[in-house]
Amino acid sequence: MTGLTAFFVHLGAATRLAGRAVVRMTTPPFQIRETLHQVDRLGVGSVNLTNITALFTGMVLALQTAYALSAFGAGLYVGEVVGMALVRELGPVLTSLMVGGRVGSGIAAELGSMTVTEQVDAMRSMGADPVRKLVVPRIWALVISLPLLTILADCLGILGGMVIAVVEEGSTAGFYVQHVFRIMDFNDVGSGIAKTLFFGFLIAITGCYQGLTARGGADGVGRATTTTVYAASIGILISDFFLTKLFLSF
Amino acid sequence: MEPAISFRRVVRSFGDKRVLRGVDLEIGRGETVAILGGSGTGKTVTLKLINGLLHPDSGSITVLSEPVSELDERQLLSIRLKVSYLFQGGALFDSMNVFDNIAFPVLEHGSPSPGELEELVEELLAMVELEGTENLFPSELSGGMRKRAALARALALRPEIILYDEPTTGLDPLTGKTIADLIRSLHERLGVTSVVVTHDIPLVVRVATRIVFLHEGRFIYSGTPDEAAREGPERVRQFFAAGGLHA
Repeated sequence: MTGLTAFFVHLGAATRLAGRAVVRMTTPPFQIRETLHQVDRLGVGSVNLTNITALFTGMVLALQTAYALSAFGAGLYVGEVVGMALVRELGPVLTSLMVGGRVGSGIAAELGSMTVTEQVDAMRSMGADPVRKLVVPRIWALVISLPLLTILADCLGILGGMVIAVVEEGSTAGFYVQHVFRIMDFNDVGSGIAKTLFFGFLIAITGCYQGLTARGGADGVGRATTTTVYAASIGILISDFFLTKLFLSF
Repeated sequence: MEPAISFRRVVRSFGDKRVLRGVDLEIGRGETVAILGGSGTGKTVTLKLINGLLHPDSGSITVLSEPVSELDERQLLSIRLKVSYLFQGGALFDSMNVFDNIAFPVLEHGSPSPGELEELVEELLAMVELEGTENLFPSELSGGMRKRAALARALALRPEIILYDEPTTGLDPLTGKTIADLIRSLHERLGVTSVVVTHDIPLVVRVATRIVFLHEGRFIYSGTPDEAAREGPERVRQFFAAGGLHA
């Protein structure tokens, strides 16, 4: 199989898995306990990573923006730029990339290890459905967690920007916050959050597909994890462009 | 009487490699059949075809009167409730303790009360002589204990057929003998049909009522272990001799 053919074969198989998962996400029995467990592991477990990323991104963004805008005498507008950049783009995308790296690879490693040690076959042989048992709870966990992590990241990014605006630029907290929310409306926040619903699904299905198709022991599991990080990151960045185009058309 | 398992001209390939080349096989109810053959000849593939974990490229497979080769994953459920599979490494779920592993198939297909479930798990653990291990995780078990816990899980749904994939591989001879005695006692007590894939000749002699020998994609011999060692084709006799059993 050539590289391009293999790509489309995998894309087709992953899409079929996604289709089967969507059907099971909306039909009982629901794996509520396992889903909550996964929210804790995948979502709550990522809070520190995404918060630190957002805080420092907000600070760097404020520094760079203030530096660039000061050249035009527009240093007062740091709040607007930081706020809009974070809630529309950087918050959702950076949070998703961080979660994709940490959680996507973890899902691929866990399911890959289960696959190569025949635990997934054991599940099937006992009449249980691996898609319902393993894939669906992880998708729900990320679809629920990622928007919440992004909201937290947006807030912390704005806070980080505020620290820089106050400490480095001599602004006041009230002035900065007033400027952040001066032009921001619900659509700006909503479009960013809406993207993460898709990114969460994308990360989970990529990790699950790579894990469930892992072959050949530890080497296969290793390949599944690296491929997941690569595929999920590229998938997030490419789909972000199309989702942004879509949301801007409304 | 209709056989428990029947293969008709079953072909199965992996990529360019044709593993099974038109296999015919019949296993009667209550038999314990050992599938022998060299490494990579398709013994495990044969087991996986029996409970639908793999599908044949062509040919037909009937298990307990159900056309397994024609059923999809959902339709296979009724067969999988009657056919248990003991995987080579046990395939216990790493994230669950022994109790939850054994309870898994029971909870998947029923809603027993906590008391009933506890009683059932205790009974199954006693059957495989593994009492008191309910709270241990697979990583805390030895190889033999893992196989026995997996066997307890395989028995949880009261199967009519048990498929054993190399049940004594990687075990010391004494633990291997314990597993062999367990297989024989389960066969005698529960009357199940058993199919055992193995290279372990002492195990074959202890448990098998019949052996079938897989070579170059086909079963080339069927007979009792004694007959096989005495008057089987040369390759089969060599296999038994290498395993320490001479005619």
